[in-house]
Amino acid sequence: MGFFHRHRGLTPYLLLAPGMLWLTLFFLVPLGFLAYQSLQSGSIDFGYSFTWAWSNYSDALRNYRGQFERSFLYAGIATLIALVVSYPVAYWIAFRGGRWKNLLLLFIVAPFFVTYLIRTLAWETILSDNGLVVRTLDHLHLLGVLGQNGRILSTGTAVVAGITYNFLPFMALPLYVSLEQIDETLIEAAEDLYASKWRAFWRVTFPLSLPGVVAGTLLTFIPAAGDFINAQLLGSPSTHMIGNVINSKYNDLIDYPAAAAMSFILMAIILAMVLLYARAVGTEKLTG
Amino acid sequence: MTDQLTRRQLLGRAALGGAALTFPGLVAACGGSASKSSTGTTAHKLAKTLHFSNWTLYIDNKPGNKHPSLDQFQKKYGVHVAYTEDINDNASFFSKIEPQLSRGQSTGRDLIVMTDNSRYPSLLINKKWVEPLDKSAIPNLKNLIPQQRHPNWDPNRDYSLPWQSGMTGIGWNEKLTNPVLTMGDLLGNKKLKGKVALLTEFADTLCLVMAANGDDPSKVTDKTFNKAISTIQKAVQSGQIRQFYGNDYSGALAKGDLVATMAWSGDIVQLQADNAHLKWNLPDTGGDIWTDNMLIPKGGDAYTASVYMNWVYSPKIAAEIEDYVNYICPVLGAKAVLLKQDPAIANNTLIFPTEAMLNNVHTIDPKALNNEKYQTTWQNLISG
Repeated sequence: MGFFHRHRGLTPYLLLAPGMLWLTLFFLVPLGFLAYQSLQSGSIDFGYSFTWAWSNYSDALRNYRGQFERSFLYAGIATLIALVVSYPVAYWIAFRGGRWKNLLLLFIVAPFFVTYLIRTLAWETILSDNGLVVRTLDHLHLLGVLGQNGRILSTGTAVVAGITYNFLPFMALPLYVSLEQIDETLIEAAEDLYASKWRAFWRVTFPLSLPGVVAGTLLTFIPAAGDFINAQLLGSPSTHMIGNVINSKYNDLIDYPAAAAMSFILMAIILAMVLLYARAVGTEKLTG
Repeated sequence: MTDQLTRRQLLGRAALGGAALTFPGLVAACGGSASKSSTGTTAHKLAKTLHFSNWTLYIDNKPGNKHPSLDQFQKKYGVHVAYTEDINDNASFFSKIEPQLSRGQSTGRDLIVMTDNSRYPSLLINKKWVEPLDKSAIPNLKNLIPQQRHPNWDPNRDYSLPWQSGMTGIGWNEKLTNPVLTMGDLLGNKKLKGKVALLTEFADTLCLVMAANGDDPSKVTDKTFNKAISTIQKAVQSGQIRQFYGNDYSGALAKGDLVATMAWSGDIVQLQADNAHLKWNLPDTGGDIWTDNMLIPKGGDAYTASVYMNWVYSPKIAAEIEDYVNYICPVLGAKAVLLKQDPAIANNTLIFPTEAMLNNVHTIDPKALNNEKYQTTWQNLISG
């Protein structure tokens, strides 16, 4: 106790220490190793050696541009759908949930009690060619629009649907938290000042919920862009994302340098997008 | 008994398959133990425990996850077998043990099982990452079927012994299609469009397609390789091929999302227990045969592992395992034992293939397996 009194200035650093240590050991050190590995050349048979092989990066961008673009396209669409689907749900729970709030939130989180893999495998059954979803869409004449060759499974639609579903709670929960914190008297005040409900929403509620929107989109988009399970199980070769390529480079071809270089490119692009996004909406929105 | 286990087996395989996919890096990072850093032993002294890593549900199994053949081994030799089903596919298992082997550390395993139509068994031998067998402890080596005695990647079986073999052919659902007996039909029949799958395994798919092209899969050249790739590419672009599958094609076939697919013989035996309409045959131009091999990774106890190999090469024990596993048994005499105990298994040509079938299967050129350019082309094809 005496020590902390005398060195009060140290306290923040001591509090930071476990987190920093964790990050250094399990993030920065492996990251450094990955960077080192991404500049190696050679093969598994003859061993890899460090040669400043920048060509790993240029090759990755040249050969797998399509998969990079597809990753961001799918992740973007999935994030947008998740936002549009989650917002009304979060809004309703926050303002109309009453004493059922906790139960309703539990429903949102409930799928997470089942592992990611099993949830995704379940979609194989849901979207199966002879399943209800495909038959219904066929009935509504939507199958031609959303599907390919009369099916949903093994198409881009199925991959986006899987990603949206799997990351939905990451969108819904931050939205709920920021909506829940809104002081309802502000909305009443807006209405007292003759704002229509619609106008009050766009001028008061939505701006106040922006931190949740920003957090939700980031939490959804970032992991979705690197995902490969959905594309692997629900997609086809023509819907594979960059995660699939990294996985196959790492696991099947044992081409560690190429896999490492691609991981870095993916990370760099995501980082750049996040910075642009943060700049566009303002960093204060990130922290609320 | 396979009837009861089939569904669980499928689920188990599917779940493990994906789990292995999800966490390859994590698993690779956490794998290995430093407890046994010795460089293996040639002393003729049995270890207390034999650490055996195998594929899922690839040994005799009784309710309660008991493996009678392992229990009997323990009773006879006093060696406890720590049996782990942690191999789901060759590539991810290899990336799991590679970090330890490349650093000269023990993987904590005495016996592993890898497939010869992947590059890994020969890679492990070339890198000297496996211990030689202690053949003085394996008199039952004489029971190895002649076709398996001299594989080109381990000509005298100094490092490996077959665990089981399997054939790759075409499986189809006879309720949904006429018999699919040729690769041309599989890849070109318009009625099957979008309902057909090929396997992600380089060797399996290449073997069948090259044979159908009239080329020799055991001597791959750039020309025949490119021809096979363009055959497959055409089928992918026309929308004929729905997907490339690993172990998991079985679910899609059972659900009817696939009408016909390249398939492994043992899988179909197990699926037939649930769905009698599933059929399997070698394509007219020939299928593919592969063998899963027992290997002793560096640092493993070669003597104890060899004693165990000798044990499974006795016809009685081999028959016990075969009665459950349903792939092709490499042990002479096992069929005779099963003819008495379980004639249905003994007479199933997917488990004990006929001479004609064995003459109609190819094996892939091992040089092609180790050709980086081919492998990269293949991976690019199956991952878009």
